[in-house]
Amino acid sequence: MTMAFDFGLGLLVLVVAGWTIAAQKAFAAVVGFVAYGILLALVWVRLSAVDVAMTEAAIGTGVTGVLLLRAAMRTPTPQVVEQSSQTVRAVAAVLCLLVTAALATVVLYATDPAPSLAPPVAQALPATGLGNPVTAVLMAFRAVDTFLEKVVLLLALIGVWSLSPDRAWGGAPTLWEPGPRDEVLVFLARVLPPVGILVGLYIFWTGADHPGGAFQGGAILAAMWMLTMMAGLADEPLAGRALLRAALIAGPTTFLTVGLAGFVTAGAFLAYPEAYSKVLIIAIEAAMIVTIALTLTLLVAGPPDRGELR
Amino acid sequence: MSIMADVFTILMVIAGAVFFLAGTVGLLRFPDTLTRLHALTKADNLGLGLVVLGLLPWMDGPLGALKLLSIWLLVQFAGATTAQLIARLATRGRITS
Repeated sequence: MTMAFDFGLGLLVLVVAGWTIAAQKAFAAVVGFVAYGILLALVWVRLSAVDVAMTEAAIGTGVTGVLLLRAAMRTPTPQVVEQSSQTVRAVAAVLCLLVTAALATVVLYATDPAPSLAPPVAQALPATGLGNPVTAVLMAFRAVDTFLEKVVLLLALIGVWSLSPDRAWGGAPTLWEPGPRDEVLVFLARVLPPVGILVGLYIFWTGADHPGGAFQGGAILAAMWMLTMMAGLADEPLAGRALLRAALIAGPTTFLTVGLAGFVTAGAFLAYPEAYSKVLIIAIEAAMIVTIALTLTLLVAGPPDRGELR
Repeated sequence: MSIMADVFTILMVIAGAVFFLAGTVGLLRFPDTLTRLHALTKADNLGLGLVVLGLLPWMDGPLGALKLLSIWLLVQFAGATTAQLIARLATRGRITS
């Protein structure tokens, strides 16, 4: 019975992926992409990777979906995808098929038992004071990857900001063109954020011992902020504000400070003294959720395009 | 007791699935945006509500049941709002069906 469900789910993912590629209009393709992401999150749940499923749903589908939707709306009409030449498309198709074939080979002909670092992680888990092995890998065993990931996120934002015209440098982006106030949207933007902020913080907090973490929680906080801006209840922030910039680097700075302190306290970069590891990890994550929520929102909002607030 | 819970769950979840099926058929078959929205929101509200109701006996305690119920309420809230927004756009003629 579960076999039939998994088979149907896999088939549905493939069909929606194909539909997304074949869609002629950018808007339709984005809608297909979002549906595809939700289905993919279900696949991750079926593979017992709930952390990945939540990230896929929040970042891969939610935030990226809004980002693509804005991009699709800004591209000039008619939003018909420009057709590349037959050769380019054939080469792209062959390359994609090769990637798929390589992945299939790796999965189908994996050594038995497949190479796994799961036992060492499970063995070392108590030293971190965490209960969720995924968070332990992200924040302790492979902390340098996570640290660099946050730096990349900031670099992406700098890349987006650098597209702003000179007159608007340090100004505010326009997430949504202000129109006549929609009372239904305003109602949603007033009622939902208290719930969303609670859920976002809960997911961050529970990430220490259960699926969740700063990335998923931060994405929910970002969504709440976007909602209030879209409803016209809050203005987009000035990119030049010192407070905003301090909050943007809060995550990486805290991470780096704790990492450097590790030389003194635990003998290595990004090593935590065992007695304080959980406190330190939660402190880093608390700073990171601020950075993540801000960065994701500002990435979606795009480059500043006006010098003044409304 | 366990059998009773099983039967209850099966009946409720099947009833919920019927609503989702009907909603999907409505989405595919109804002629314009407003009627299609009508079909979809019914599926969201009643279909999900029945599935949640059917799963309630299996939750660990009142807290788990409360979480499940809040998911239903949140989905209803988001669904109703989105339906309103789309319906407004449709009546202003910004969406063509």
